[in-house]
Amino acid sequence: MIPELGHFALWLAAAAALLQAVGVTIGLWRNDEGLMRLAVPSALVQALMTVAAFGALTWAFVVSDFSVKLVATNSHSMKPDMYLWTGVWANHEGSLLLWVLVMALSGAMVALAPATLGPRFRDRVLSVQAMVALGFFAFLLIASNPFERLVPAPTEGQGLNPLLQDPGLAFHPPLLYIGYVGLSVAFAFAVAGMLEDKVGPAWAKATRPWVAGAWAFLTMGIALGSFWAYYELGWGGWWFWDPVENAALMPWLAGTALLHSIAVVMKRDALRAWTLLLAVAAFSLSMMGTFIVRSGLLTSVHAFAVDPTRGLFLMGLMALYIGGALTIYALAAGRVAEGRQFALVSRESALVANNLFMSAMLGVVLVGTLYPMALEASGGAQISVGPPYFNRTVLPMLLVAAILMAVAPFLGWRKSATGHLASRLLPAGIAAAAVVVIAVWPLGVREIGSLLGFGAAAWLGVASLSILVKRGLTLNAAGMALAHFGVAVSILGATASGALQREALVTMRVGEAIEMGPWRAELMDVRPVAGSNWTAIEATLDVRRNGAPVAVLKPQSRVFVAPPQETTEAGRAGWRTGELYSVIGKPDGTGRWQVHFWVKPLVRLIWIGGLLMALGGVLALGGKVRAGARRRSAVAEGALPLPQAA
Amino acid sequence: MRALAVALLLLAGSPALAEPPPPPDVPLADAQLEAKAKALMGELRCLTCQNQSIADSNAGQAQAMRVEVRERIASGDSPDEVRAFFVERYGDWVSFVPPAREDTALLWAAPLLFLTVGALLVARRFRR
Repeated sequence: MIPELGHFALWLAAAAALLQAVGVTIGLWRNDEGLMRLAVPSALVQALMTVAAFGALTWAFVVSDFSVKLVATNSHSMKPDMYLWTGVWANHEGSLLLWVLVMALSGAMVALAPATLGPRFRDRVLSVQAMVALGFFAFLLIASNPFERLVPAPTEGQGLNPLLQDPGLAFHPPLLYIGYVGLSVAFAFAVAGMLEDKVGPAWAKATRPWVAGAWAFLTMGIALGSFWAYYELGWGGWWFWDPVENAALMPWLAGTALLHSIAVVMKRDALRAWTLLLAVAAFSLSMMGTFIVRSGLLTSVHAFAVDPTRGLFLMGLMALYIGGALTIYALAAGRVAEGRQFALVSRESALVANNLFMSAMLGVVLVGTLYPMALEASGGAQISVGPPYFNRTVLPMLLVAAILMAVAPFLGWRKSATGHLASRLLPAGIAAAAVVVIAVWPLGVREIGSLLGFGAAAWLGVASLSILVKRGLTLNAAGMALAHFGVAVSILGATASGALQREALVTMRVGEAIEMGPWRAELMDVRPVAGSNWTAIEATLDVRRNGAPVAVLKPQSRVFVAPPQETTEAGRAGWRTGELYSVIGKPDGTGRWQVHFWVKPLVRLIWIGGLLMALGGVLALGGKVRAGARRRSAVAEGALPLPQAA
Repeated sequence: MRALAVALLLLAGSPALAEPPPPPDVPLADAQLEAKAKALMGELRCLTCQNQSIADSNAGQAQAMRVEVRERIASGDSPDEVRAFFVERYGDWVSFVPPAREDTALLWAAPLLFLTVGALLVARRFRR
């Protein structure tokens, strides 16, 4: 009964979205106040009904109602309780229901937030958002009904992929979806801005919190996903340039560019058309991400179901929205002037440079991800585009961007002086030189890419810190500096964990030890252990550094009961901000075990940096509020008045 | 409890019951050669997995390929020669480094293309 109620609620939510999309649009077109006034209540009804539908599906999972097909194919009664809850979105239908849930809730937030650009603009935003939501409701109800029954009901479910039975599942998908959907609000603001001719500083000010919020969530979602892959896949890597990762990275890059260009619209009323294009692109890429992940074009852990009709449906939806938005853009672009001018050396130019690099990186990731498919589809060779390609193309651009990022906050708007730069950036320069020297000796790093990474991290880190320690910063400026500092921290973690990593792969008996520089890891024991739905072989490694005990690692090789599948659980422990990481492999038949042991210095900085970036995004929501009101913002001091003739 | 018993059985019985296990990974004695081999393993694709390199895979075939890589590197082949051997046997698909050919020209030109077009657009704006 409850699944049917959920299904009914989903139809009601779709009906509310239909009213909100079509009714309100007609009202706006005819200037019919009565129809326009439907926007807010229908957004609220849509949200309420979607919550009800999501609740019903959650109920079916929690009580293990195997008469619901989705529960039967993706759940199991022996699954730990936590995964009964999070398992709701660990499948195609459930994750789409989560998507519309987040979308409906963000619609309700738009409806309830103060309408700073007037009620008409708010209603327009809601109608655009409902049109997008409507497509996803249609997709759910027609091609991916999560409430479909199974007759007769099986007595047991088929279980959840063991790789997904992890606390990461509770946070990673919702965070990513909040990010994606937050970008849909920016998209709705952009389309509404074009339709209502409102694009300008006030529009930018109203849109920016949505972009900053979405960006912060997306950043957290990606950082968490990376951490999850790192500890769960058992190979110590944290970014694989997998198409699915790229699908999340692309909207992030577009969102990063958008966050920077919208600041130019807000402060200087320039770059309007470009900013609109970015807002359209950011959400289009979010949809494309969902499309290439869900359609089965790419098979991976994330492609829960491979079904061509669903792929076609999603492709149609995407073509409709992107095509529609670009048509509106083409029609409106003539009316949206580029806005005011600025000099070559100015804050605006620095932000344009950011956009140039973000867009180029985005373009390269897009081409690299789609190229093999396009080549094969056109009858060409089957090739792989993997980490070597992306590292060689994207990392140099990232390095240059990081170097510029350190300078940009010290430039003034419109036309900047440059005399103050040398003294302001002196500490950063000294730090960069010092870190590179330390890396060469005593650490013995010789690889040029790693040295550049260390140098860039120190340069950007110190330059950003020197902004942060100033008093009287606006929250906006503090958020910016913190996010930039986070980038530096991540670069340091990524560089150091690669360049300074130590690794040993040894076949050993209990009682033997791995010796690696100051490190010694002794295999104390190998024994069977069991969890609620798995059994495992667990090794115990006693790790010492210069004779002093540091940690005891317990890597496992697990066999899950339902579905029957082997996984490796890495044995990990923190050491300073780095990690000790171990994996137990197969026995060789003579009582010896294969043990893989890594020491990864500073590796946690990668994700700590991600969190700092997200925190910076959240701080920036505070806008012009000053952290401690004393002095003028240090960042704006470089501004010079433009000559009158300009 | 039953699960524990099953695990014990697995632990005790697996070496005897299963087929002879594939030869475990043995790193090369020469650290420099091993580093070369490892770098190459990260750039070869595991053919039976989903988008994993043979360095990152538990699959039997990946392990066999790792053994092959180490043998060839130890016998004095350069990483490029070893890569060429695998490409000849399994096709371009096995290498994560896309080939540099006519049909991949656009792929390799992409970074410069995007930067140039972007820079031209920016330059046009400043000239106005």
